[in-house]
Amino acid sequence: MKLDTNTINKIAKLARIRLSEEEAKDLLKDMNSILDWVEQLNEVNTDSVKPLANISSSILPQRKDEAKDINSSDEILKNSPDKLEGYFAVPKVVE
Amino acid sequence: MSNLIKGKKYEWETVIGLEIHAQVKSNSKLFSNSSTAFGSKPNSQVSLVDAAMPGMLPVINKYCIEQAVKTGIGLKAKINNYSVFDRKNYFYADLPQGYQISQYKYPIVGEGKVIIDFKDGSSKDIRIVRLHLEQDAGKSLHDQNPKKTYVDLNRSGVALMEIVSEPDIRSADEAGLYISKIRSILMYLGTCDGNMQEGSLRADVNISVRKPGYEYGTRCEIKNLNSIKFIKQAINYESQRQVEVLEEGGVIEQNTLLFNTSTGKTRPMRSKEEAHDYRYFPDPDLLPLEIDQEEINKLKKTIPELPDDRKKRYVEDYNLSNYDASVLTADKLVSDYFDNIIKSDKTLKESSKIVVNWLTSELFSLLNEKNIEINNSPITPENLGRLVKLIKEDIISGKIAKDVLVEMFNTKEDPEKIIERKGLKQVTNTSEIEIIVEEVLEENKKMVEQYLSGKDKLLGFFVGQSMQKSKGKANPKILNEILKSKLSKKH
Repeated sequence: MKLDTNTINKIAKLARIRLSEEEAKDLLKDMNSILDWVEQLNEVNTDSVKPLANISSSILPQRKDEAKDINSSDEILKNSPDKLEGYFAVPKVVE
Repeated sequence: MSNLIKGKKYEWETVIGLEIHAQVKSNSKLFSNSSTAFGSKPNSQVSLVDAAMPGMLPVINKYCIEQAVKTGIGLKAKINNYSVFDRKNYFYADLPQGYQISQYKYPIVGEGKVIIDFKDGSSKDIRIVRLHLEQDAGKSLHDQNPKKTYVDLNRSGVALMEIVSEPDIRSADEAGLYISKIRSILMYLGTCDGNMQEGSLRADVNISVRKPGYEYGTRCEIKNLNSIKFIKQAINYESQRQVEVLEEGGVIEQNTLLFNTSTGKTRPMRSKEEAHDYRYFPDPDLLPLEIDQEEINKLKKTIPELPDDRKKRYVEDYNLSNYDASVLTADKLVSDYFDNIIKSDKTLKESSKIVVNWLTSELFSLLNEKNIEINNSPITPENLGRLVKLIKEDIISGKIAKDVLVEMFNTKEDPEKIIERKGLKQVTNTSEIEIIVEEVLEENKKMVEQYLSGKDKLLGFFVGQSMQKSKGKANPKILNEILKSKLSKKH
């Protein structure tokens, strides 16, 4: 599988990353070599192997339904560059 | 009953599928232990996990899993012993992680079905494709400031069950019945509080139109509707719009739409489809969810009697019509109230139809007038049962009973006490009624003559006059008999 610059730009857009032409070119090379490397796995026959979700053999840990009163407003908003009356303030998202 | 829309040129069929988002009624969120309480101070229930601080890991809430399984059982659906949590990637200000943890390829619940009931007594199956667990997003306020959006993350991470239907729905009414039924099942199960105003239950509507018998048309999705009324309005508007576009030779573009509740119209969302490349992949922070059969069987035993079972019981044991039974069972509180009336006295079982009438027309109108929920009704189920019994035993007439009911509603008194206090007992004593009838005939001699010369309709007048004289207490049947016999003797 080979990526082209269009695909690189699309991925960048989806990831909200702005790339210069130079950077896109570098990334194209890097990502193609990553794909080449991963593609070596195709040499292994996996027809009878179940997909592996995780290398750990443990089971999904679960917790009880207990709510903790954390009153997080001040702490959670501390890093926010803009806020108003307990709300995060962000540039207008139009819909 | 035809569901077809008449266009200018052809008849069209609307094809609808619903995605219902139901918040799990839990204390804490799906992957963190912050509270789910509604209406708290903004951002006061946001843990570091919910805020997606680096290094934080999700730990799943066992209770939420159980509620999803129970809901699946209630939807007569297949429970999957193996399911997987995936990341659904998109950017939005109310989604701090940059992805929503959801289930894509392997949902926790598979195919099921719900039954909707129509007024004419018929019913229809709506097939369920799946139910999966996912995180809710935060809330954005767009209308406070022209340049800013304000974000509250309290809702972010609350567990949602997304229930997806097959496109089996054919009209706005069917969609309304379907979501009401789902809501009713959720509320019987106690897995969601069903509060649409607070957004605990909301729906996305997929809608297309076609000529009957043809392939499905291109569909549009109307997002985030939070009342049954809006769902119906949106469907009616959108199907009409699509018909007009097609009849004018246009094509329907696959679009995501928003419904404006004040204009009653739909419009396309501004964000383009390219943004909808969610790049799902299994969340590496979460292992697959495995549920063994034993656990599912244990949960099955906790399932209460559901609306359809109750409906069946009402039809079979109480001889109610399918539709009456479905109306009665739609709201668990109403149905519980009805059950309590019938339970309060053995003889009421055979009068269940009269009980239904007194409950759904008389008591409901009093409750509606005062805006009181049935579980706060000033009239207890036992007392309403006693009132019905008094009518059945001819102690009071149905007409008087209405006044007694109002008095019971206002004073919380027993019906017997009110009847005693106000002297409302029905007069069944023939000689008392005879006296009244004779007085009436005496006072209206002219009318009697007219009656005798063939104006039969005047009988109603005499009945009315006599009833009035008895202050409504005369037993109508006896009164009628006496009147007729007295009049015939005058010939």
